[in-house]
Amino acid sequence: MTIDHLALLPAYCAAGAAVLALLTDLVVPGRRAGVLAVSALGAAVTGVACWWALRNGPKATFCTGDPGAAACSYLWTERAALIGLLFVAATLTVLAFSVPFLRSGQAPAGEYCFLLLASLTGGVVLGASGDLITLIIALETVTLPLYVLVGFRRTVAVSVEAAVTFFIVSVISTAVTLLGAALLYAAAGTVHIGALAASLAEPTDPRLGPLVGAASVLVLVGLAFKVAAVPFHAWAPSTYDGAPLPIAAYLSTASKLGGIIALVIVAVQALEPRHAIVGPALAVMATATMTTGNVVALRQRRMVRLLAWSSVAQAGYILAPLGALAHASGREVVPVLVAATLAYTVFYIAMELGAFGSVVALRGAGDGGALEDYRGSARRRPWVAAAFVIALAGLAGLPPGLAGLFAKVTIVRGLLDGGAAWLAIVVAINAVVGLAYYVRAALALFGTAPEVVRPARVPAVVGVGLTAVTVAAVIIGFAPQVVLDAVQP
Amino acid sequence: MRPLTASQLLLLATLVAPAVGAVVAAAMPARADRLARVVAAAFAGIAFVASVWLVAWRGNIGWFTYGAFDTPTGAPALIPWADLDLPWVPGLDLRFHIGVDGISYPLIVLTTLLTLLCAIYTCRHVPETEGSPRGRHLAALLLVIEVGIVGVFLALDIVLFFVFFEVVLLPMYAVIAVWGGPARRAAARKFVLYTLLGSVLLLVGVFTVVASAGTADLIELTSGAGAAMPRTVQLGAFILLALAFAVKSPLWPLHTWLPDAHTEAPTVGSVILAGVLLKMGTYGLLRVAVGVAPAGAAEVAPTMAVLAVAAIIVGSLVCLAQNELKRLIAYSSVGHMGFVLLGIATLTATGFQAALIGNIAHGIITGLLFFLAGAIKDRAHTGELAQLGGLREVSPALAGLLGYAAIASLGLPGLAGFWGEAFAVVAAFQRGGAFWITLGAFAAAGAALAAAYFLRLLRLVTHGSAAPAVAGLAPRGIGGAEWLSWAPLVVLALAVGLAPVLVVGFSQDPVTALEQVATAAEPAQGVAE
Repeated sequence: MTIDHLALLPAYCAAGAAVLALLTDLVVPGRRAGVLAVSALGAAVTGVACWWALRNGPKATFCTGDPGAAACSYLWTERAALIGLLFVAATLTVLAFSVPFLRSGQAPAGEYCFLLLASLTGGVVLGASGDLITLIIALETVTLPLYVLVGFRRTVAVSVEAAVTFFIVSVISTAVTLLGAALLYAAAGTVHIGALAASLAEPTDPRLGPLVGAASVLVLVGLAFKVAAVPFHAWAPSTYDGAPLPIAAYLSTASKLGGIIALVIVAVQALEPRHAIVGPALAVMATATMTTGNVVALRQRRMVRLLAWSSVAQAGYILAPLGALAHASGREVVPVLVAATLAYTVFYIAMELGAFGSVVALRGAGDGGALEDYRGSARRRPWVAAAFVIALAGLAGLPPGLAGLFAKVTIVRGLLDGGAAWLAIVVAINAVVGLAYYVRAALALFGTAPEVVRPARVPAVVGVGLTAVTVAAVIIGFAPQVVLDAVQP
Repeated sequence: MRPLTASQLLLLATLVAPAVGAVVAAAMPARADRLARVVAAAFAGIAFVASVWLVAWRGNIGWFTYGAFDTPTGAPALIPWADLDLPWVPGLDLRFHIGVDGISYPLIVLTTLLTLLCAIYTCRHVPETEGSPRGRHLAALLLVIEVGIVGVFLALDIVLFFVFFEVVLLPMYAVIAVWGGPARRAAARKFVLYTLLGSVLLLVGVFTVVASAGTADLIELTSGAGAAMPRTVQLGAFILLALAFAVKSPLWPLHTWLPDAHTEAPTVGSVILAGVLLKMGTYGLLRVAVGVAPAGAAEVAPTMAVLAVAAIIVGSLVCLAQNELKRLIAYSSVGHMGFVLLGIATLTATGFQAALIGNIAHGIITGLLFFLAGAIKDRAHTGELAQLGGLREVSPALAGLLGYAAIASLGLPGLAGFWGEAFAVVAAFQRGGAFWITLGAFAAAGAALAAAYFLRLLRLVTHGSAAPAVAGLAPRGIGGAEWLSWAPLVVLALAVGLAPVLVVGFSQDPVTALEQVATAAEPAQGVAE
């Protein structure tokens, strides 16, 4: 078996960057800037590698079976490159947002950057995984470093608590997913995604039906934990609130992207013959997720908790198009639904990073604080407030956050094309509920401050990161076709 | 790409000038606040001139263009005088397709005019606020709202129509929530949530149409592609679209956001809200809902007509019991928009004409009424009618203008308010049958009630000896910026009243074509009567 190292280049780059970050910290100890620069450079090189590896077309490696009908464990396709690039973009932005936190000296820069880049390595592999084992290992590589990163505010009890909660929930969900994957292997005799779908379509033994059903449920439940879909969402708000701000941003974007990609690969591709069951299950999950997230967010008084519940609700919107799978199964509209999910994810990541970046810019190394703590921000930091308003409006799906508007349009259009009009109406009503708390958060910026304190300057790197994601959000708001083309199969 | 023609440049200018003006005004430094407001007014002026100028291309499309169509359903209901069609987001069936025709032209000019007047008014009068935003931000938001409203009237692509529909929401929310009265937060929240509910229903309706008809182009949809959709799809789409527009218009019983929003909004906010924002709903109903899903319209129209008449009666009765000036005018809007919706619900050319002129007249008169109410409230520091007695003694100019506007609003023949209400009733009678004649009779009774509450308003406010709040009125005269922003409305209320052809002259052919589209879709056995 020959291994196509060019296809693996992005993974090599990410892993190399992680090691390099750690080494830099050893060689020049105490130099945060150097470590950050090396990490950012490494992440950027990984991004270039994602694109470079696509040269001469898509690639596959770690294949078994005959060359004609090989089952491959690692497929570097355009979609894998897109997912890799998204992970790189999120990681770069989070690195920029980490500057105030690292400056406060609560965490060693070397370990911090190493862990973040290790997570990136998992993300780059995730989109390329062609079998269940690679998929689960990649997803676990994304998550594992985060257990430590979440607990990095070591002097704060809630941070440690958050890390333990996250660790326990995540480990259990991985175990559940693994059990499901093992049962699927027992029933189908293969772990490769394509072969799995083919095998499930023509079952050798009808008695295996219940086993496949149970296995599917276990895999989906395990992955639902990762995206914090209701009813497996309870860990998210306290974990986000306890984690350092940049890590909360990473959890709600990159880590969530990982879960979504895994769900798409398993639910849409591997379980294709089971769309009649998977579709309604995801539809119910999406409905419950967006409704619960929005309703609970209405009552939040702390900024990060509000954003956490909002990101639960957003996961519901992301999953919604997959809820139409049952109607759409076997028709050419399935790729449209997957594209809608991916497009929404891209829009969402841009806006969510904008929101968290604004919080970092306004709050520095501290925690997110209460909504009242943001009063007067519009006067003291008009540009940051403008970026925050654009991000919040985008999350609510309204102009001036045009990216969010088109994200909402993409979802509703996908659902109507897929024949799930009721789910489109559920999404529409939820958008109204969501707006109620997004405007509350935005309005908090414009109140008068009790005392006029000149806060610490926004570090330049944070400013650059925030500007970059805001400009990106504005650009894809005016030219959403860029995103829609990128997610086309 | 071919270079743009003069008409296309003008179309773009009506959208781009306010957008650029908003950015420039908002970006100017705080010490140049006053200058920024003047700059905003200048950009609003450019948009106004550009929109008026569009009439020069009217000659392209005349009676002969419409008469030349000899198809069973008659002429297409939408032939733009000038249009501009650019691709934007093919993946979402969204084209940047804008244009103007006889139905949209008067509304576009009304929008640019009212925005210009509000921008001029803002040069001198900015409501007190806490926190950072200043007058230039208010002026910038007014221009952003103008972009959204003009865009809605210009859009010839229903997805683009939806996008512009959404543009208005948050800026209007900000205007109410930041520069409004004491209970502004709650009122603004109610406004934005209600109207977002409307616009998400619009989103679902729009894509129901696009998925079924396979096109988002309004010209194609209104000239056959929409009517060719299956009846059940048309019914579903019409209900979704009509609900969306009913929230915006607002149609009773979905109107409850309106009185709060009007009462709390600053003067310019109320003027824009009543003057043109509500028209997005009635225009959408006429152009998009009726035009695209005529079969659905035919089935739902009787229900809509009943609700419209209920709005007229309920609005008037509530007004009779109102004690707050702005709230009274707000509820009178519910009644007036009831006439507009009744006109549309008759699905006749007369009714459509009544709706169009009713729209314009309401925009002019209620705009003026809200300017006056704002001026009185700013001077007397109260809006309670009981405390405003004797205004005529203290400020005859204000009292006189208020009397003029109120009489125009109650529909005195010779002033603008008359035509819309009269012809809505006439259209109902023309439809014939016990059902429509009863509705027409009730609507006429509602018009009489309108006279009753406006006369009550005038009696309370202008007559008697001066109440303490009025005695301390300052300033008693009318300032220059105020004259400048009110005079055009005063003149127009009379001009449109004397020569309604100023409005309906543009729309005669398109509404006749639209009536034919609607009639062709009627079920063979006739409707509900």
